[in-house]
Amino acid sequence: MMKKLKESGLSKEEIIQAYRHVLMGRRLDERLWQLTRIGKTSFNISGQGHEVGQVAMAMAFEHEKDYFLPYYRDMTPCLVWGMTPKDIMLGSLGKEDDPSSHGRQMPNHYGSKEHNIISHSSTVSTQYTVATGVAYGAQLAKKDYVTLTTTGEGSANQGEVQEAMNFAGVKKLPLIFVIENNGYAISVGRDEQYASEKLSDRGPAFGMTGIQVNGNDFVESYLAFKKVVEDARKGFGPALIEMMVTRLTSHSADDDHSVYRSKEDIENLKKNDGLLLFEKQLIDEGYLTREQMKEIDAELKKEINQATDEAEAMPDPKAEDILKAVYADK
Amino acid sequence: MAMMTYLEAIHQGIEEEMARDENVVIFGEDVGGVKGGVFGVTKGLAEKFGDDRCFNTPLTEGLIGGLAVGLGTVGYRAIGEFQFADYLLPAVNQLISEASRMRYRTQGDWTAPITFRAPYGGGVRGGLYHSQSTEKVLFGQPGLRIVTPSSPRDAKGLIKAAIRCDDPVVFYEHKRLYRLLKEDVPEDDYIVPIDKANVVREGDDITVIGYGMVLNHALKAAETLSKEGYEAEVVDVRSIYPLDKETLVKAAKKTGKVLLVTEDNLEGSVMSEISAIIAEEALFDLDSPIRRLAGPDSPSMPYALPLEREFLVSEEKVLKAMRELAEF
Repeated sequence: MMKKLKESGLSKEEIIQAYRHVLMGRRLDERLWQLTRIGKTSFNISGQGHEVGQVAMAMAFEHEKDYFLPYYRDMTPCLVWGMTPKDIMLGSLGKEDDPSSHGRQMPNHYGSKEHNIISHSSTVSTQYTVATGVAYGAQLAKKDYVTLTTTGEGSANQGEVQEAMNFAGVKKLPLIFVIENNGYAISVGRDEQYASEKLSDRGPAFGMTGIQVNGNDFVESYLAFKKVVEDARKGFGPALIEMMVTRLTSHSADDDHSVYRSKEDIENLKKNDGLLLFEKQLIDEGYLTREQMKEIDAELKKEINQATDEAEAMPDPKAEDILKAVYADK
Repeated sequence: MAMMTYLEAIHQGIEEEMARDENVVIFGEDVGGVKGGVFGVTKGLAEKFGDDRCFNTPLTEGLIGGLAVGLGTVGYRAIGEFQFADYLLPAVNQLISEASRMRYRTQGDWTAPITFRAPYGGGVRGGLYHSQSTEKVLFGQPGLRIVTPSSPRDAKGLIKAAIRCDDPVVFYEHKRLYRLLKEDVPEDDYIVPIDKANVVREGDDITVIGYGMVLNHALKAAETLSKEGYEAEVVDVRSIYPLDKETLVKAAKKTGKVLLVTEDNLEGSVMSEISAIIAEEALFDLDSPIRRLAGPDSPSMPYALPLEREFLVSEEKVLKAMRELAEF
């Protein structure tokens, strides 16, 4: 049973805004897959099936001051944090004005100085230890910002994840660690990844709260994040949240999950699609009608079309700038 | 001026920078508290600047790397100490994948101004894992700087330059030199340029290029050779990466006879790159083949005394190589 939306304490407007974020995440990602298929971008890696939990997570933070160190499935929470569909497009198209990397990183490596989203690499999990430095900075400066960092359950087995959580526990850092558990590390299922029942059990092992949430349950996820963010801001230390989500797509545009996922598993994905479940809940609980959803969908598609056109028209990086910003003086 | 060891000079440089800029913080294993480092470089800093700015980390080098990068992104100047240069290996992912390209991959939107300190070098009976020269692991990674001082005076000025530098700098400190070298060091504020080699001794007959312990061997050997009628130009590489090609090539051209000395293994060392640069830029000014003097290609420096001695490039070995080159 999913928690009722009114239990979130959010207004109707805020709930509808959450839905817009979830739907934008889905539709924008679908556009990125299209652009990859027709050869306009070279790659896409997707958060489809993660969006509901991701939006609940991001809405629990104060985006003006809190820091976010995402991983590559986190396009949707980056949008909640303030990035725009055009920003995302500029990145996937490798344009000069791409705020994530100015065309230097592959698609889906998000960052934005303007929005306190710190650039991450492809070497999964290194953002966990980098996040400890950002969070320690809050303690040094006696500021009350909270830092959020995410990774997948596959990457959660890297050594640096344990190093980061251990240090955060020792220093009681205002830092929220998230594992978005979609059950697959590319092709490797959870049985070959870890033996424990829950990855959230690692929280107490490092002296912090560990909570597993159903990422398809917006309210359960939102309330869990709200509590740990409030606690961290008060100085009570870090927390680990394991968010159970579904990977609706192949690992990336270079992967075909029908090779290693059973037919039955793939057919069942729709039943666990957080977007569809969220839509049903919004209708059942009287927040939106199907008609209103269609209107929102049409608005978002228009916005995405405009973002695509505008981003495509922007200049590419210049070849002669290959050595720009290697060092501070160049 | 005050007589100071290489170790005391590094300590004073760090202390001055921490007093000058409250955004400078230092951490590592045993770095904080009353101990102040296994070699004592950070002794007294926790008491003077507080346990927030000088602190111990758990035994986690990957964390030391990432913590420094994160602090850099939010405006601090972190000094991360790896207890021995041998133990920075778990942090190589942070140094190469994160620190070296934070600026590049965001075109300067995010930066990581960090000093990573790494005590290196042999001759201290440290065996395979407390003797190594690991700079070649990081060498040739654009975005990172690697520097090392070979004298107390440079030690103070160079650590200060590293801390003020807006790039990530790996600062190698030779363990054998910590208490071996003592000289007059200015007690005021001065900087040694982060990207310049240093001609330590001038001469017209041969050019010797090195850094660290072996550079000090070369300087002593040069005095002996001088009595035999040969004058050596001795160059301290100092900026290991990026290299100061101009100074190195100029010194090679000056005498036409070049000896490159390192206490690292012969193959794949920093000297291999310097050799290639000189071959490219100065071949027709050379009067002899470029010579390299280095440790043997064993995986690291072994513990037992005869084995350690066999590995080490001694003053005698340097003198012999210099004499042979002078007589070529």
